[in-house]
Formats: sequence, structure tokens, C-alpha cells
Amino acid sequence: MSTTVAGILFTGSLVLALALAYRPLGDYMYRVYAGTRHSRVERLVYRLIGAHPDAEQTWASYARSVLAFSVVSVLFLYGFQRLQNHLLLSLGFKPVMTHQAWNTAISFTTNTNWQSYSGESTMGHLVQMAGLAVQNFVSAAVGIAVAIALVRGFARKRTEHLGNFWVDLVRGTLRILLPFAFIGAIILVIGGVVQNFHDPHTIQTLAGAKQAITGGPVASQEVIKEFGTNGGGFYNVNSAHPFENPTTWTNWFEIFLLLVISFSLPRTFGRMVGNNKQGYAIVAVMATLAIISVTLMSYFQLSHHGTVPTAIGSAMEGVDTRFGVANSATFADATTLTSTGAVNSFHDSYTSLGGMMTMFNMMLGEVAPGGTGSGLYGMLILAVITVFVAGLMVGRTPEYLGKKIGSREVKFAASYFLITPICALVGTAFAMALPGERAGMANSGPHGLGEVLYAFTSASNNNGSAFAGITVNTTWYDTALGLAMVFGRFLPMIFVLGLAGSLARQGHTPASEGTLPTHRPQFVGMVAGVTVILVALTFLPALALGPLAEGIH
Amino acid sequence: MRLPTWIRQHLAAVRALLVLTVITGVIYPLAVWVVALIPGLHDRAQGSMIKGADGKVVGSRLIGQSFTDSGGNPLKQYVQSRPSNAGTGYDPTSTAASNLGPEDIVDTLPKNPAKKADEITAKTARDSLLTQVCSRSKAVGDLEGVSGARPFCTPGGVGAVLSVIGPRDRSGHVTRPTRVVSVNEQCGVVTKPFIATYKGVAVECAKAGEDYAAGEITPIRGTAPASPQVPADAVTGSASGLDPHISPAYARLQAPRVAKARGISVAQVLAAIKDNEDGRVLGFIGEPRVNDLQLNIELDKKYPLRG
Repeated sequence: MSTTVAGILFTGSLVLALALAYRPLGDYMYRVYAGTRHSRVERLVYRLIGAHPDAEQTWASYARSVLAFSVVSVLFLYGFQRLQNHLLLSLGFKPVMTHQAWNTAISFTTNTNWQSYSGESTMGHLVQMAGLAVQNFVSAAVGIAVAIALVRGFARKRTEHLGNFWVDLVRGTLRILLPFAFIGAIILVIGGVVQNFHDPHTIQTLAGAKQAITGGPVASQEVIKEFGTNGGGFYNVNSAHPFENPTTWTNWFEIFLLLVISFSLPRTFGRMVGNNKQGYAIVAVMATLAIISVTLMSYFQLSHHGTVPTAIGSAMEGVDTRFGVANSATFADATTLTSTGAVNSFHDSYTSLGGMMTMFNMMLGEVAPGGTGSGLYGMLILAVITVFVAGLMVGRTPEYLGKKIGSREVKFAASYFLITPICALVGTAFAMALPGERAGMANSGPHGLGEVLYAFTSASNNNGSAFAGITVNTTWYDTALGLAMVFGRFLPMIFVLGLAGSLARQGHTPASEGTLPTHRPQFVGMVAGVTVILVALTFLPALALGPLAEGIH
Repeated sequence: MRLPTWIRQHLAAVRALLVLTVITGVIYPLAVWVVALIPGLHDRAQGSMIKGADGKVVGSRLIGQSFTDSGGNPLKQYVQSRPSNAGTGYDPTSTAASNLGPEDIVDTLPKNPAKKADEITAKTARDSLLTQVCSRSKAVGDLEGVSGARPFCTPGGVGAVLSVIGPRDRSGHVTRPTRVVSVNEQCGVVTKPFIATYKGVAVECAKAGEDYAAGEITPIRGTAPASPQVPADAVTGSASGLDPHISPAYARLQAPRVAKARGISVAQVLAAIKDNEDGRVLGFIGEPRVNDLQLNIELDKKYPLRG
């Protein structure tokens, strides 16, 4: 079988598996968030937290809980890293440097998992498993909670109430993420992912040299890193490391994990608004964009244009043999279409246009299918913008799911959309204007600009992958990228919750003849079109100076 | 006494984080660890360690190794692994990829070519990705007795790249050069550049410290075949720097040299390669590959080196 045919089957089998998971997982998540019963463990947890699980919150109160939880998480994670030398399983590592600890605390709390550090030489086992991995769970649960609150805004009428953040957080963690992660971790161990608490132990190799084999509780962290679209690797080389991603089928499994929640949430959305077709429309937009993206990416990588790829005869630089070019390209595409940012190959060494695709995917706003929760709310914002644009064309007040999209709603949606381009482009501009920061580039010319643009795009969209040649472990980059991650995560969340609040307050407008149907292929095409056009208008100039300039001679 | 709302909010957040840390950060990883102690899972969870011909642990089945002597020269009795950017090569405590881009084609030449390795360590000199690919291809070709020629490479094994200096035309190209420099061929290291003239101008060798960026940087394709004899994985750094595999093509390329070093037939080496070759799972997942370490252990067991 040729590599191309095998690659098509590889991607096709993932599409099939995700399609099969759509209904059962989406329905399950619907029951998790719509249910009114609390399990005994959950009651105990609520008592320990001191939250009343049946007390509903307004959008502002919900947002304050999200922010309070996140602030506390950042401080806790910062302290954890700074004190790691006093703790168990520190492997003898020093406290993480201040700016790096700050950056990392933010990075994991915002579901970005940007890594300015190298796991195997910086973080002890305890910080990894009880600090970083905990955020892998809860930051994903926070994302889903905010998405569910938005969907409640569409589904409810004449109410100030959007649910209870603590209940959504706890249920998402305990009923969705934890059980699947546990099973997934065991499956990964079967594939060869390690789960131990060893210090690096030195062996003598066949050739007589010394090699230190590292250990760690990797399987338990690897699985939630993908499933919660986090992406922070236990080791520096992330999912390329044979102890994180040992074999060909674990690679398939990890790609599946990082896509499955985000692709199934539209079903949950459809169920909650009482019309499954609306869920199908949203997932159709996601799938259309994703399939086009993965096709282009695979084409660029397999046709290996460019000087060095031509010299090599294949885009094999920065690619492990067991995955090969095709499966690596699929992973790279999936990780940047979601907010995962895990990598099994190094995007910096991709062909110019393949590298551009990874950036373009993030610039789409990570909505196809995006991060856990953040993908769904991002796509719903784009749907709101689409009905608004369509409404402008025919001169009617637009509606979506029986809710009027008035000026207040559009302001929230437009503000949401503007945040990430501002962070990404302004950050890049500052970095390029400062000579010390320009020196962080590993490559010169357009590719160097690509590295900086990638860094700020990745941070602002909470992705976490990198054109990893760039040196970002400096005070300036740690601080600037940390700010981009904070703004790129929490401002959009506040706008989403604000929108949810104003939607929930409305009544239900019955559909009339002039209402744009939002479950037909026409609407799917319009949302996809609006997404691509908005992104192209925003980012094309920056891409033209970077990867396009490099790739097109 | 009732605390203000914002304080209660944050207290709830602290308590929530602590409770969830105990559940997802302590109980859960320990539970996975306990399950992974079951026989069958245990060895994998501990790192898939593997024993050599003498029964001693020599590494992990999943982690690649260098099969070179202390000077970095290939040990001829072993099938060689891919180039690695992890530390000084296959170092699991500092995993890394090269992260060099597809148009990284101009070297920074050392001031003293005899001390190039030191200058690379000190970051005053650097081989571009293209030159790394070309020099590896030449080295592998020489070792295995095949042609190491590749597109955009000089016969000497550096990137065939010219800086074409002169006035630019309207589209930004230099059509009538006044000076042409082969930027990766250092004067004194090469006796003459890989081509004598370009657009009628004699090609010069390059000098350390001079900046040729003003010219139009032009890679020269040359006549090497698009599919060179030395396979792609032999000339590229992997993603992990710990890649335990090589392509079956690269393994077979090394068979005659390994057979000669061990005094056995090529067919015997090829049979050992076949034993350690894995295909795609279900026919379409992953790529065909050969586990280097397992192969070399099998060779040591079956055909120990004499003397």
C-alpha cells in the first residue's frame, strides 16, 4: 500500500470513529449537564467546597466563579513550581525560575499548555502529576462548563440563571474526563507508555555508552493531555517521545482522544436546545473545515516542496519513523484545529505551506472542532455573526435558535472575535520591533517571522504548540506570551457568558417566513465561509510576510 | 459572621481546587500506577527494558541508541540509527528536534575550520539544515559504498547555494551578476567551488565573517536523482531525538557492511532485518520500520563478533 493511500485510510478511519462516537458521547454529556441528581461522591465534594449545588448563578456570578477558580489555580501552580525542591519526587530539580513558573502556571490554567520549559530537566514528578495534570482536567472542565452555560442561554427563556459553575466543573471532571481518562491511560500503558515514579536510571548501551532512561507517571498525564485538548508534554518532545506515544496505533488513539469531545459537543448542544439538526449543522461546519484543512496539510507535506525537503526527498526532518510524514501531518492538523498543541513531529521543520496550515488552523479561532468547550462556544459565536451578516443583507433583525441577535448580542460576539487577532498581531509586532526579542528566532528571514507569529498565535488561541526553534524562555517572552494567554482565554469567556446572560433573559421568538433556517446545508456553507473570510482578512498580510513568502518563490 | 461574597467565592475556589487535586492529581495517577503493576502491563509501565546477548539490561525497546564508538564513528558491526538532536545524541534527559526550517540553507562558517566542532558548540558557527542533510548523505554513502548525491548538495557534502550579487531587476532578481559566491564552501576547506561559473561570472569560495545576504540566495538543484540512494530517514533528525526505528530501506542498505564486519553472509543480515521489521497496523496505521536495538541484539546473539 502506498503512503498516500494508507494516509487517506488513516484519516478516514478517524472520521469514522468520531462519527460513531458523536451520538453516544454527545448524549452522555447532555445527561451529565442536564441531570438533576447528584451522586454521593459529588454531594461530599460540594460539602467540602461549600457550594450549594442547586443554587443557580447569574452570568456575572458564573463568570466570577470561573475567574476566581482560575486565579486560585494560577497562584497554586506558581507556588507549587517555586517550592518543588522541598517536595517529594522532585528528582533534585531546582525551583522553576520566576518568569517561567508564572508563564507555565498561566499556560496550564488557560488550557494552552505552552511549554517554555523542558519537562525532563525542569519538573519533578509531583509537580507534573498533582500540579500540571490537575489543570489538564479542570481547565478542560472549565471550557466545557462555559460552553454549556452559553447553550443554556439559547435554550432557556426569561431567566437570569445559567446553571451553577461548581456543579458543571465537578460533573465535567468526575463524570466525563476522569472515567474515560482512566480507561485511556490503561490502553496507553498496553501500548508502552510508562507509568512509574523512577528517577532517570542509567544503563550501558550496546555500544558501551551510558544512557539515562527517564521515568514518570506519564500514562495518566498523557491521556488527559489529549482528551482535554491540553497538550503539555511530560517530556520536551511531547507526543513524539516514545514513552508518550510509543507506537503507530497509540498515535491514532491520541489523535482520536484530542478530537472526540469537541466533535461530540454539538450533539450535546442540539439536545439542549431541543433540535438535533442544529447540532448536526454545527458539527458539519466543523467537519467541513477540518477535512479541507487535513487534505491541504497532507498534500503540502507529502508533495514536499522547498529546498531542504527536495534535497531530503521527503518532509522527514523532525518526524519519527513509526509515524512517517502522513500520520504526522494528520496529528499536526488535529492538534492545531483543536486547542491541544501536543505535537508528534516538529512544525518548525515542516514545508513552508504545511507550516502555514498549522498557523492558519489556529487563526480560524480553533473552532473546527476547537478545544473542549471553547470550540463549541467559538463556533456558536461565528454562527451568531453569520446570522447577523445574513440579516444585514435582507434588512431584518437576525435570529438564531429563536433568540433575537440585537446590538448587545452582536457587540459581545464581535468583541469575542477581535480579542485573539489583537493579541496575536500586536504581540508579534512588538516582538519584531524589539532587537533583543528578534534574536530569539532560530531561523532567519520569513521563517523567523513565522516563529514569532506562530508563538503569539498559539498563545492567544490557547493552543500551545510552537515553531519550537524560537527561544522563549526569557523574561520578556514568558511575560508577553503569558499575557496573550490570559487575555486570549478569559476575555472571550467573559464575552461568551455575557452573551449567554442576555440570550437567557429574552423570550422565544417563533420562527417566521423571514427567519433564516440554521440547520440546512446553506447555513453550514455560510458559517464556513464567514469563518474563512474573517480569518483571511485578518491574518493574510501577516501570513504573506511569513510562510507564504517562504513557500512561494 | 458572613464574609463578603468575593471572599467566599475565592474560598470556594481554593477548596474546589484542593479537592480536585486530591482526586485527579493523587488518587487517579496512583490508581493507574497500581493497575499498571499487573503482570503483562508491569514491564511496559516500567519502560519496556530489554536485555542484551549477555543477559544484562542494555536499554529500552522503545528508546533509540547511538551505535558509535566514543569518537562518534559508526561501529561497523551494528546497523546504525538515525541522526539525533537529543543532547549529544539519543540522550533522554535532553530530548529535542532540530527545529530548522525548510529554507535553512546558509551556513555560518567557522573562523578556524579545524576547530569547527568547538565553534558550533560555542554557537559562533552553524551548519544549515541543508548542509547537515548533505554531509550526512555523503557520510552514509561513503560508509555503505553507494552514492551519497542529493539534490541541492555539492559533491563535497555541503549545501549547493550561491549568493548572486549584482543589481536587481524590477522583479527583484539578479540577472546580470557582478559577483557570485558559493556561500557554504569555505576557502581553504574546498579547493574549488562545485561550479566554476554562474551566468558568466566565476564562482568564488566563501570566507568566514563575510555577509553575503545582499545577494540573491540561489540554491542549485544539480543533477542528482529525486530519490537518492541514501534514504530520507538516514539524513534527517527525528522528532523525538530518540527514534528507535529506521526505514527498512535504510536497514537493507547497511546489510552488506554489517555482514562483512561480522564475517557472515548478507542474506543472514537481511533475514535478521526481516525478523525485526514491523508493517503498518491493520495495513494502514503508521509506516514500515525496523527496530534498531532489537535487530542489533539479535545480530549479537546469533552472530557474535569473534575476537
